[in-house]
Amino acid sequence: MIAKTLQDMFKRYRRPGDVVFAVLFLAFAVFLLSQLGDQTKVVKRTKWFAQPGLWPTIAIWCMVVFGFLHWLSSALSDRISGRWTEVGFWVRSFEYVAYFLIYVLVVPQLGYLLSTMLFAVFLTLRVGFRGANAIGIAALFGFVVTIVFRGFLQVKIPAGAVYEYLPDSVRAFALTYL
Amino acid sequence: METLLSGISILLQWQVIVALLIGSIGGVIIGALPGVGAAVAIAILLPATFAFEPIVGLTLLLGIYGSSMYGGAIPAILINTPGTAVNALTTYDGYPMTKRGQGHRALSLAYSASFFGGVFAIICLMVLSPVLALVAPHFGSREIFLAALLGIILVVLAHRGQIFAAGMLAAFGIFLNSVGLEPVKYTRRFTFDQSWLASGIDLIVVVLGLFAISQAFLLLLEKNHAPGDTHVSGNIFAGLKELLGVKRVATVSSSIGVFMGMVPGTGEFTSQFLSYTYAQKTSKNPEKFGDGSPEGLVASEAANNAVPGAAMIPLLALGIPGEALTAMMLSVFYVHNVIPGPQLFENQMDFVLALYMALILLNVIVLVFLLFSTNLLLKIIQIPTRFLGVMILILAFVGVYSLRNSITDCAIAAGFGVFGLILKRLDLPIVPIILGMVLGGIMETKLRSAMARVKTPLDFIDRPIAAILFGLIVLILILHCRTLYFEFKNKLRPEPTMQPVDSDNPNQQG
Repeated sequence: MIAKTLQDMFKRYRRPGDVVFAVLFLAFAVFLLSQLGDQTKVVKRTKWFAQPGLWPTIAIWCMVVFGFLHWLSSALSDRISGRWTEVGFWVRSFEYVAYFLIYVLVVPQLGYLLSTMLFAVFLTLRVGFRGANAIGIAALFGFVVTIVFRGFLQVKIPAGAVYEYLPDSVRAFALTYL
Repeated sequence: METLLSGISILLQWQVIVALLIGSIGGVIIGALPGVGAAVAIAILLPATFAFEPIVGLTLLLGIYGSSMYGGAIPAILINTPGTAVNALTTYDGYPMTKRGQGHRALSLAYSASFFGGVFAIICLMVLSPVLALVAPHFGSREIFLAALLGIILVVLAHRGQIFAAGMLAAFGIFLNSVGLEPVKYTRRFTFDQSWLASGIDLIVVVLGLFAISQAFLLLLEKNHAPGDTHVSGNIFAGLKELLGVKRVATVSSSIGVFMGMVPGTGEFTSQFLSYTYAQKTSKNPEKFGDGSPEGLVASEAANNAVPGAAMIPLLALGIPGEALTAMMLSVFYVHNVIPGPQLFENQMDFVLALYMALILLNVIVLVFLLFSTNLLLKIIQIPTRFLGVMILILAFVGVYSLRNSITDCAIAAGFGVFGLILKRLDLPIVPIILGMVLGGIMETKLRSAMARVKTPLDFIDRPIAAILFGLIVLILILHCRTLYFEFKNKLRPEPTMQPVDSDNPNQQG
């Protein structure tokens, strides 16, 4: 029982796509190594431990050596099916990266409150919740987040450009709290 | 006595009390939600805490850190789904007890064991304080450099079976920390003539990307799942008394948790592993482990809840974080120019005492909350995972954007989100990157100042603590090489009847 329990807890398997990641990481490390001379400077009359290039050099060499060993261990292990399906899964995340960055760009224009409520509702619909309840909860969540973070905690998020068009009585409130 | 009163007055500020309540109760809820976890919550809230006093910000984050594992035990016991990764072992004995109709007993035991572990660690921290205050001033630049180096080595070696991956990711963290304008000679490092890289890559942006945004992407892309409706009935207070019957297991497990919590890079998993093994080997009923053993449950929960308190020891005494969550907390200290380390114990002992008392109060609040609100929590955790993904992504935006209103930061965080998603899918560790960034910065600064007074290499270790740390590093490396050698020798032995655990998925090397 003990062997089973501990193995279940701590064993680490290779996953599909492991070798693709290993190759990409190693290539990145080798690229950084090739740039070491250009991207760091050797300062004259400065001892080795104070040279600006010391720590990038140590880090990149370790990345290359460990990256190579990691790739080797992946390459020498049995091939696991589903490699490109897994890579496809990674690539699918870029869809949400795009939504996130659009949201980031929209906030200074529409304001935090409106953009957050719209973003929450859009994502809720996108992931498959179509009911009125789900949409209402998403909008409410966006509203509460805005009130808590911008209204109460006063985190630094710029006011929306559209707030300038609001009537005078509401504008000051919106600029400060929404 | 004056210091103690000063500590109490710090703790009694209304902002601290509110932060403690929100942190501890919020932490329980976050811990109980499978797929969120303390790291995600702390990463999101971190920038918001910069506006608070350090004690308020730290109390809030400590509340989440210390209480999330309490909450994580609930779904682990009742629905066989650990709320946080460190509650995985709790499912082994907690869920079989639920299946036998003893869910209330299992929860009660888990709460009391967690409380015992949490309070035990804080008492150890308090007892050790005078020793820390005595020893910490002897840590100069070279000792802190060696301690940070030891931390990096331990973090890498702690990832058994993944040492190569942990090594390359820790090195990547050190590299990330070195990007930008170098602070002494003012030369640019790996900026590729891009102005946005000149100020370097912010630790918070990386943390939010790797922990929060990656988790949001993962939840949004993976199959939707919602914990089933469940209810617990029966006397939930009984475990408080039952714990007395397994006090030996609770005490030893908590002690292991404290020791492992102090050692960088080891943390909850190793302490659970050792505690569980100890409890099983010394039990009168070892066959019941994995099938609803109260001792197994207590060992697991007491050990993992002892770690947060103990993890504060190297952070407060030396300014060296042992894992990702304390690394995040370190940035709260830095933002407020409170430098943890030897001077903290000399100059701000009241602050340290206030933190200790906050930790004890946190455990009391959480225990009382859980004893009366478990069924309410079970309703809250029924959020579908994809909706959780929506929530985390929206909250992550606040964390990144409020730092300096930079779209570039958001893009970098999103990039690290994809990177974190890949690491999580491949079961590769994220923590070495964060510790590489933090400890890499410490090593660079401290080596530079330490070497200014060193003439020969032996001068570097001519002080007792430096010599001990150096000896430890050498010993750990020798022991690891020895273990690898014996493992390799064993592999060479022909064992025709043995099958791998899963021949389709052989373990990684290293």
